[in-house]
Formats: sequence, structure tokens, C-alpha cells
Amino acid sequence: MTEQTLTILTWLIPAGPLLAFFLIILFTNRSRTLSWLLAWAGVFTALIIGWIVALGTLAIDAHHLEEHPTVVQSAIPWLPIGDFFEGTWLEIGIAVDPFTSVMLIMVTFTIAMIFIYSVGYHNWGSPLGKTLGVPNHLQEEPLLSRFFAFMSLFAGGMLLLVVAGDLLLLFIGWEIMGFCSYSLIGFWYARDYHLGPEDIPHISPRKAGIKAFLTTRIADVVMLLGIVFFYSVFGTLNFVEAFSAESLAHAAATVGAVTLGVIALLIFAGTVGKSAQWPLHVWLPDAMEGPTPVSAVIHAAAMVSAGVYLIIRIFPLIAVGMGPQGTPAVGIIIGGIGAFTALMAATIAVAQNDVKGVLAYSTISQLGFMVAAVGAGAYVAAAFHLITHGFFKALLFLASGSVIHGMEHGAHEVHDHHTDPQDMRFMGGLRKKMPVTFWTFLIGGLALSGFPLISAGFWSKDEIFAEAWSHWTHESDFLSLTVFVMLAVAAFLTAFYTMRQISLTFLGKPRTPLAEHAHESNGFMTIPLILLAVFAVGAGWFGISEGFPVLGGALNYNYFHHIVGATVFETLHELQGLHLVDYAIETLPFAVTPIGTSIFVALGGLFLGWWIYGRKPLKEGQTDPLVQPLGSLYTFLNNKWYWDELYQLLFIRPTVYISETVVNEYVDKGIIDGTLHLIARSVYRLGFYAKRFEEKVISDGVDWLKDLFLAIAKEFRYLQTGRVQEYVLISTLIATALIAVILLLNYGWLAQLF
Amino acid sequence: MIPLSWYLFVAAALFCIGLYGVFARRNAIAILMAVELMLNAVNINLVAFWRYMTPERPVGMAWAVFVLTVAAAEAAVGLALIISVYRNRDSVVADELDLMKN
Amino acid sequence: MTEQILFVLLTIITLGSAIVVVTHRNLFHAALALMVSFAGVAGFYITLDAGFLAAAQLLVYIGAISILIIFAIMMTRRLMQATEQPFNSQRGLSIVGALVSFVILALVIGRYWPRTPDLEIYLASKPAVPDAILQGSVAQLGVSFVSIDAYVIPFEVASVLLLAALVGAILVAWPKAEDQS
Repeated sequence: MTEQTLTILTWLIPAGPLLAFFLIILFTNRSRTLSWLLAWAGVFTALIIGWIVALGTLAIDAHHLEEHPTVVQSAIPWLPIGDFFEGTWLEIGIAVDPFTSVMLIMVTFTIAMIFIYSVGYHNWGSPLGKTLGVPNHLQEEPLLSRFFAFMSLFAGGMLLLVVAGDLLLLFIGWEIMGFCSYSLIGFWYARDYHLGPEDIPHISPRKAGIKAFLTTRIADVVMLLGIVFFYSVFGTLNFVEAFSAESLAHAAATVGAVTLGVIALLIFAGTVGKSAQWPLHVWLPDAMEGPTPVSAVIHAAAMVSAGVYLIIRIFPLIAVGMGPQGTPAVGIIIGGIGAFTALMAATIAVAQNDVKGVLAYSTISQLGFMVAAVGAGAYVAAAFHLITHGFFKALLFLASGSVIHGMEHGAHEVHDHHTDPQDMRFMGGLRKKMPVTFWTFLIGGLALSGFPLISAGFWSKDEIFAEAWSHWTHESDFLSLTVFVMLAVAAFLTAFYTMRQISLTFLGKPRTPLAEHAHESNGFMTIPLILLAVFAVGAGWFGISEGFPVLGGALNYNYFHHIVGATVFETLHELQGLHLVDYAIETLPFAVTPIGTSIFVALGGLFLGWWIYGRKPLKEGQTDPLVQPLGSLYTFLNNKWYWDELYQLLFIRPTVYISETVVNEYVDKGIIDGTLHLIARSVYRLGFYAKRFEEKVISDGVDWLKDLFLAIAKEFRYLQTGRVQEYVLISTLIATALIAVILLLNYGWLAQLF
Repeated sequence: MIPLSWYLFVAAALFCIGLYGVFARRNAIAILMAVELMLNAVNINLVAFWRYMTPERPVGMAWAVFVLTVAAAEAAVGLALIISVYRNRDSVVADELDLMKN
Repeated sequence: MTEQILFVLLTIITLGSAIVVVTHRNLFHAALALMVSFAGVAGFYITLDAGFLAAAQLLVYIGAISILIIFAIMMTRRLMQATEQPFNSQRGLSIVGALVSFVILALVIGRYWPRTPDLEIYLASKPAVPDAILQGSVAQLGVSFVSIDAYVIPFEVASVLLLAALVGAILVAWPKAEDQS
């Protein structure tokens, strides 16, 4: 596999889905079947090529990778800077290194599974429906072409982002996904809800799409500032050029490591938005308004992963910012936000009743894990968790979609269109009705909880704990300890609410006729579930650390750690030599505490969840057993810590007020229209005065002048008496007078005469 | 022995007397008579100048003869006009001949 | 000495009758005074050695024009009998005008013909001319009227003028068919 072949193939990876998007939009829009076939073609092409590239990269020897991590690098000139012909051009291009490769494996596979699933996911929601789950006549999504078009565009955007070799192409992919998330979340744009007080609150998909876009937009603005700042400091946006040790050392010497940390934080703001960290987490739960495949792809495989991908990409910058010459604030902010988000979201998930809502907050929480890992300097751990999370969260979302689908089937059969098919309180006993869904969901849930050994989540979470713990014990990094503790609590809660979810949904007896009549979903939906479940179990085995008892010793090679760590191994090593970073990539010695904590919280949480919810499953009409003991705390958690209401009060209402009142009324109507009206009125008034002027001054003036002349003429008429004698006399007098004047003046006669 | 200026004074006086008559007389014929006086005054001037300036040439006298001729012709025509006007308007009072009034 | 006395006498006659002409109420008397004035002017011509002109003056002015004026007076007498006023409304201003004119003319004359205290020089201003020239002046005048180098053209024009005046006067004064006079 030559480098040139890899380069060409890499360029082709995003091409498939993007081409599918254009073709669907332009040509196959009318035919639903053609559209999804075309979409499948695009995505499967990307899958095959992506895996070829990835495996080709990963096949290279680890030591070789450490020295030259970037296997594929190619760029094209994009923006002229300075002179068009002589000046340099900003280039955008691709770069593939081991981290990119593992991302490619996860992203392409997950998206392909979701595309398969989407075909089978016969949507029961009508775009024009006013109630939940009202079927339309065709029993098939009428806007399927549009769906696959946007999904293809989304896939293309994500792949662009993954193979991007510089911040610019990454940003392009980022924004494409932002738009697609808006259009896909608001896919059922005409849907509206009429809900009662007991129902789970929903906002309309249209509003949810706007909310998602606006929230991430705020983050994107700051991120763009960060990118610009980045460019001004480094002079390039290319990862390879900017993140070489020399370049970072030079930058640190020029502007200082603290400034580099600031740049890192600005770019991190983009992650806060895209990966739904606090304080910009509010869009993700409402993004559940989109169809379930959309939720899967956005919140598991692709979009939210993009945020974490970004900060892992710029990890050298963060490391320098956090390092000895930088400021610990960088780590505190990143790690703190991550840990806080993880804990907060986990607590909220405990009290959610919507099956997708629990998963949404679970996603937020897990992303918090990854962000906290980066903040604590655990590069490989964050990357590892990102990959495994992609697999099992996608699995969970798709499985929940299958559950909802079953409930909607049941609703159709019993003709009950008022019960919310997504509400877990109305489910129960689906284990028997939908066995494949149950087992795959269970596998995913165990992975999420970090069930020891056989779930991918265990290994990746353990890695995070191990790194954090080692930083605490070896360097007495207090931040790492805080992160460790918070994440441990969050992991406990994660296991707890996962078990709660499984119990409420699948265990016991059906609580409503909907659940009673649910049945298993079709093959399009179940096969991806099974395939994803395989990865959910096995993906973690690539990252077993060497120090792990028995297994670690047997394998004696932490594949993931070495391969992915090779991406930044050299750089961090050199930077550590220059005393610019604290931690490089090193193999961690085995420590009991993180492993023990990890196992304890996972099993403990699962047990507690089963004990409360699973042992005596909820009966029909029974309220959640946590409501009473927790009391107002439960309400607080159920209402998501009231963040939405707070933002509404702090930001939305003032903005709407400014927009409607200040700008619309005062500025637009008052000032701008007022100015125009004023101009119009004054011109009108001017015309009025001009008319008056014309009448009074000009017309009357001319008339007065005319009268004056007439009067003068009348007076002068009397001169003409008609008598010649008078004429003669007067002319003679005047003539003599003139002669006298001439004589006197010109000839000075008076003097001479006397 | 008589200086030229004496003749000139006389002519001037005669002229001015005629001028007064032209201004002030009501009867048209009287005005005509005053005009004849003025013409005579001019003639005296001419002859006086001839005699004192260039007596060897006939220029002064010739000119005076012409003035005489023209005066005669003008008197004839004027009187014919007056008679005609008298016939039409029954008046020879200059004041009343004011058709050009206003 | 006698010359001056004669001159003054002539002046008195001429100017006096001229004043009568322009002031007398009776038009007939004015016409007669006009004839006297003409005679006085003729006298002036004689003192100026212009005998022919004096004769012409007597013949033309007194003999023809004055008679013509008297004819005209006669023919327009009917209405004039009734009127009293010889002067019109602008009498005062006319006197002013006439006097002003005379003053100016007098000033001009006085400026260019200076007075000297020497009476002899003052009085001896008329140039002496040989008699031959004076006596031959009439013949010279006649020759000049028909000489191509002299005034033949004005002479001819004057005769045409007289003809035109004659014809015109006849035409103007020709009585219409309905006129009784």
C-alpha cells in the first residue's frame, strides 16, 4: 500500500457520501428507493475505502509510526494570501495518522450501520401530525429522500473532518455537520405537540433544530476566534506543521505558553458547544426530537465525537498551555468543565423518563468523561473512550429506536395515539416481546456502565481512571484527583441509571397495552444492532494495558496505546524535554486503585439499579420509587437542573425583548422608518412651502410688479398730452440744460468768463 | 465798426423770441410766424459770418438763399396744412390738436 | 458812429416787431409786425453788404410769405374772432426756456468773441473788403448756383423742393367736394 495510493484513497473517503448527497438532491429526489440505495452506495464506499486506509495505516510498524506518525499528507492551495500569483496560498488538505485511522474505522462503520437501520426504521411520525405517533397513509416516511440526502451530507462532513489535515478543512466539516444537525433534528418540521402536565416535555422539532444550531453557533464563533488566533501565532493551520515540537517551542518562545493555552481554550469553546458540555449542553436533549437514526449518528457516532476529536487533535497545544510554562488554569477549565458535565448529566439522567432522554444525558456525561480526560492530560485514554463510546452509544440509540418502534406498532394495533411511546413508564416486559433488541441493548448498557472485562466501556473508562490516578500519585496533580473522584461518582450513577433504564423498559410485565402489543423490529434494524454489539464487546480488547493482571501480561502489548499514542509520542517527548509539557505518552504501571474503583462503581451502580428497579419491576400505574425519597431533589433532576429555564430568563427573554422591542419597534420602526417618514414629511412640507412661496412671492410678486409698471405707465401717460408745443418746450429745456452742463464742466467757462 | 458779436447777439435774441412764440402761442399760424422769425435769425447769422469770415466767396449768401427757399416752401406747406386742419376740425388752436394724446 | 446808431435802430425795429409778433393778441397785427420784422432783417442784410439777399428777403418774405400768412389768417378767421387768449398754459415755462436759451447762446458768443477795452480795436473788426469784390458778389453768387464745381446741385434740389412744396400745398389745401370754402 504505497503512500500515493493511500493519499488518493483518503481524498476519496468523503467523496462518496458527498456525491450521494448531490445526486439525491438533484436527481433521485422523487424516488425513495433510489435515494436510499444511493445513500447506501455512498456510505459503503466510504466504509470500504476508509477501512482500507485505516488498516493500511495501522499495519505500519509502531516504532516507524512514532517517528513519522503522519502517514498520508496532501494539500491543495485554497485561499490566496497576498498576491494572487506570487504570494503564498493557504492550503487545505488531508492528513492521516493512527488516531485518524481508528476514528475512520469507528465512524465509517457506525454510520454504515445507521444507514442500514434507517431503511428499516419505518417512521410513524407524520410531518403534519398534531399528536404523537400518528401514522400516515403510506406507512413510510414520505420525506425519505430528503432524510438520506442530509444524512449523506452529514456523513460526508464528518469524514471531511476526520481526514482533515488542517483546522480549516476541519472547520468546514464542522460547519457542514452543524447545518445538517439543524436540518435533521428539525426533520419533522411540521410537528407540534399538545402535552399535558404528566407528559414528558417536548419542544417542537423546528425549535429543537434552531436551538441546536444557535447553541453550537455561539461556540463556533469563539472557536473561529481561536482558529484565527491560532493562525496568527503559528502562521499555518496545518496540524503537522503547527504541532511539530519546533513549531510549538518557537510559538511558546514568541507569545508565551499562556497565550497558547488561551488559544487552546478558545478552540475548546467549540467543543463545549458541539459536544454539549456545560454550559452549552442544553441543545442535546432537545435534539432527540429528530428521528432515532439521526440521534444515533449525531450523538453517538459523529457530531459530538467531532468535538472531542478536535481537542484530541490540538492536544499538543493544550499540553503546552497546561505545562510548566503555561498556566494550570487551562487544565482546570477543561478538566473541570468535563468532570462537572459528567457528574451533572449523570444526575439528570437518573430522573428522566424518556428512553432517549436518558441516553442523551448519558452521552453528555460520557463526553464529559472524555473532555475531563483531556484536561487531565490523558491523551490516549480520551481517544480510546471516544472510539468505544461511538460504538456502544450508537448501539444504544438504535436499540432504543427499535423499542420505540415496537411501542408504536403496539399503539397502532390498539389504536391508542395519545400515549407517548417513548415514555419508559409505559413500557415494561419488552424482554419477551423484543428479544434481539433486549440483548443488544443489554450489551450496550453494560458497555456504557463499564462492566468489567467483557465490555468496551470498561477498558476505556479504566484507562481514564488509571491516567488520572497516576497523575495524582506521581505528580500530585490535584486536578487529576478531583477529576478522578468526580468521574468515579459519575460512573457509579451511569451504571445506576443504565440499569434503571433496562429494568423499566425490558423487565417485568408490560404496563400498558402498547407494550403488550409490541413486537420485534425487522431485519434492517436488528442486524446493525447485532453487528454493533460485537464491537461494543470487542473494541475494548485492543486497549488492554500491559500492567493488567493476567490478560495484560498475556498480551503484553497495549495495541491502542502504542498505536494511537504514536501520533503525538515524539512531539510530546521532545516538548517534555524542553520543559514545555508535563506528561508525555508513557506506559502506565499497574495500580489497584483505579481498577478497583472502576469495577466497584460499575458493579455497584448496576446492582443498585437492579435492586431498586429490577428486583421488583414497576407495576402498572406505579410511580418511580425514587420520587418520594428524593422529593424535591427528584423534581430538580427531572427538570434538568432548570438550566433551560435559567437560560430563557438570562439570555432568551432579553434577546427577544431587544429584538422585538428595541430593534423592531424602536430602531426599525422608530428610527429607520421614522427617519424615512420624517424625510417624507419634510419633503411634503417643503413642497407645501414651495407652493406657498410660489403663490405668494412669485405669482403675487409678478402681479405686483405688473401693477407697478401699469401704475408707472399710467402716470407717464399724462406726459403724452398730444400737444407738440409742450414736447418742443421740454426738449428744448432739457437740451439747454445738457449744453449748460457740458459747457460748464468741460470747458470751465465760468472761470474764464469772470 | 460793428463787431461780429453784435450781429450774433441780435440773431440770438431774435431766435429766442421766435422760440418763445413757438412755445407759448395758441394759434397755429402764430406758431408758424414765430418759426419764420427763427429762420430769419439763422439767416442773419449766416450772412454775418459770411461777411466777417469769408466775404470773397459766395458760400454764406448761397446758403442763406437756400434757407430762404426752404423757409418759403415750408411756410406754404404749413399753411396749407393748417387750412386743411381748419377745414376738418374747425380749429387752429394748437392745444386742441391733440389726437396723439396718451 | 452812424453805423452803430443805425445798427441799434435796426435792432430795435427788428426785435421790437418780433416781440409784437409773438405777443399780440390780434393775429392780423402780428402778421403786420412780422412784415416789419422782415424789413428790419433786410436792413441788416444791407449793413452786411448783402444787397441781393436784402432784395430777395423783401421780395420773398414780405412780398410772398407774409401775404400767404395773411391769406391763411383770413381763411381761418371765423373762429379766431371769438378767442381771447393768445397764449397757452405753458407761458411761464416758455419764458424761462427762451431766456435760458438766450443766456447760453450769449455765453457762447461772449466766450468766443472777446471784449477788449480798446474801442478802436473792438469796433474795427469788420474786415475791409475791396469794393470790386463786394459789387461783383451777386454775379459770383449767380455763377456759383450754376457752376458744377459749386452749388448747382443744391440749386436744382431747391427748385425741385419748391415744386414739391407747391404741389403738396395745393394738394393738401384742395377743398374736398363737400367743402364750401
